[in-house]
Amino acid sequence: MPNNARPPLIELCDITRVYGMGEAEVHALDGVTLRIETGEFVAIMGPSGSGKSTALNVLGFLDRPTSGAYNFHGTDVANLNRDQRALLRRNYLGFVFQGYNLLPRMSAMQNVELPLIYKGISRSDREERARVALEKVGLAGRANHDPSELSGGQQQRVAIARALAGDPQVVLADEPTGNLDTKLSIEIMELLQNLNKDEGLTIIMVTHEREMADYARRLIWMVDGKVDSDRLTAKGAA
Amino acid sequence: MLWETFKLAFQAILRNPMRSFLTVLGVVIGVAAVIAMVTIGNGSTAQVTADVETFGANRLMLSPGQGRMGPGSGSDSVQPFAQSDVDKIVDQLSSIEIAVPTSTSQLVAVYGNENYQTSVTGTNSGYLVVAEWTLSAGRSFTESDETGKAVCILGATVVEELFGNADPLGEDIRLENISCEVIGVLEAKGASTFGTDQDDLVLIPFKTYARRISGSADVSMISLSMRDGVSTDRAVNDVTMLMREIRRIDPGEEDDFTVNTMEQLSSMLTGISDVLTGLLSAVAAVSLLVGGIGIMNIMLVSVTERTREIGIRMAVGAQASQVLLQFLVEAIVLSVLGGAIGIALGMGLAAVGAILLDIPFIPDPGIIALAFAFSAAVGIVFGYFPARAAARLDPIEALRH
Repeated sequence: MPNNARPPLIELCDITRVYGMGEAEVHALDGVTLRIETGEFVAIMGPSGSGKSTALNVLGFLDRPTSGAYNFHGTDVANLNRDQRALLRRNYLGFVFQGYNLLPRMSAMQNVELPLIYKGISRSDREERARVALEKVGLAGRANHDPSELSGGQQQRVAIARALAGDPQVVLADEPTGNLDTKLSIEIMELLQNLNKDEGLTIIMVTHEREMADYARRLIWMVDGKVDSDRLTAKGAA
Repeated sequence: MLWETFKLAFQAILRNPMRSFLTVLGVVIGVAAVIAMVTIGNGSTAQVTADVETFGANRLMLSPGQGRMGPGSGSDSVQPFAQSDVDKIVDQLSSIEIAVPTSTSQLVAVYGNENYQTSVTGTNSGYLVVAEWTLSAGRSFTESDETGKAVCILGATVVEELFGNADPLGEDIRLENISCEVIGVLEAKGASTFGTDQDDLVLIPFKTYARRISGSADVSMISLSMRDGVSTDRAVNDVTMLMREIRRIDPGEEDDFTVNTMEQLSSMLTGISDVLTGLLSAVAAVSLLVGGIGIMNIMLVSVTERTREIGIRMAVGAQASQVLLQFLVEAIVLSVLGGAIGIALGMGLAAVGAILLDIPFIPDPGIIALAFAFSAAVGIVFGYFPARAAARLDPIEALRH
């Protein structure tokens, strides 16, 4: 570990993730080492099969690395069990998915409250925090609408509000604009960008669209389960 | 958190009310069957006990021959009883308070233009005590009547058939070829456990019966009343020993008479209803098992349908135990709701059955609590496997679903 005053938010060291056995072994991650500090906006890109989704799953405690070290706030979290990882997701992370993944037949408000229920937050508190989160994404007026009554862009905003509701330290976004047209994609990216800039929210985003990656300040390019390049974008350099 | 889980379970159940109802139908039917059976069983047992009490709870019946009591029990080859037997029982046995002879024939009773076939029993005033009859009008036999006078006491049914609403006291009715004066009317008892009308009878003094109707002094049955506080076993034993002595039965030989007790009668009748209740409860238990499998089936389908939902919940931080609890609670709520519907339905059926069978409606809180507990148990047992399947899902796979 580097001799810093404060450990980095995220530090991956020679992480591998191997699926299958023997001949059929697939090295989805093949020795990934990287460090992400609080307040960064990182885009991960790469051709399909490059391991970017697996990297996001490992970063998001949805998956466990086969080998390597993962330090989160300086604590080794590489070998936690399912329930311990669930607690980390609950307390430190927010997820935004390509397919929105809202619960149908539940209002926007109820969807945003979902992580707060698992945090054990009281009903009145929950409603207040969900309302604030919906305001941040500009959907305060749609709190009582079902996902089926909302457009794709609005659904993705609800999903972002859900990710924000639990006051996460990192938001992980997996192709957040994959299902949206260019105009809506730009809106979503501007929203994420503002959250990063104004609230200091750490965002890690996987995308295959260069234009979207350009909203980030740092771009990690992956090839064959390895970090191929890691540099600041135009915005990051500015 | 637990409250949220319950709310979630209700939401999931109400989202598809028809499917939820069909899912729990097995439990509904099983629980309803158990509740209805046990409630009706309780009612009929209470009814039998009450009926047997109208027969006379302290009553013993002594009949010739080895066999069941009732009509046709005395066969020709068996020596009948005599009035002297009755006298000896009363004189010699301290356990017996009253003993009266009874002999019965089916005869037509005639009054004016009305005639009605009824059972005419020759007996004495003690019979009213033994069989616990009370008079609604008139008087019982006096000693003078019992010397062979032509007097009779009528059951309520006979009064209604012959006299309608008119007062029968002091009127003469004809039985066979004798004319006798009505001196009393019995309080109505209603139908017996066997379904026969207990009020369909005419009582006349035993000597009158022997001389003018049967033409024989034979006593076809002896009705006995035990003294209060005497055990049935002791009374039966006393009567048996005395009768063996009177009838000169050698030791080692079988009795040629039978002593029937009310306890035997009531245990025979409740025995039948217990066996029926047991059988139907077994059927109900099978129905509950099938109902539980139905719940398990639908919960498995539900887990598959909601794989993505499970993935989302896991992504936002739900632990395996919380997912397990969610689906388990849903199965339990479903099953307990089914149980509650079944209890209501079973009580309704039992209430209707009680009216139709003319028995008291006696709900049993114990069995209701048991039915509740049992349906909850069905939910736990059959909900656990699907819930565990949900909890074991891999969040990445589930999200991709």
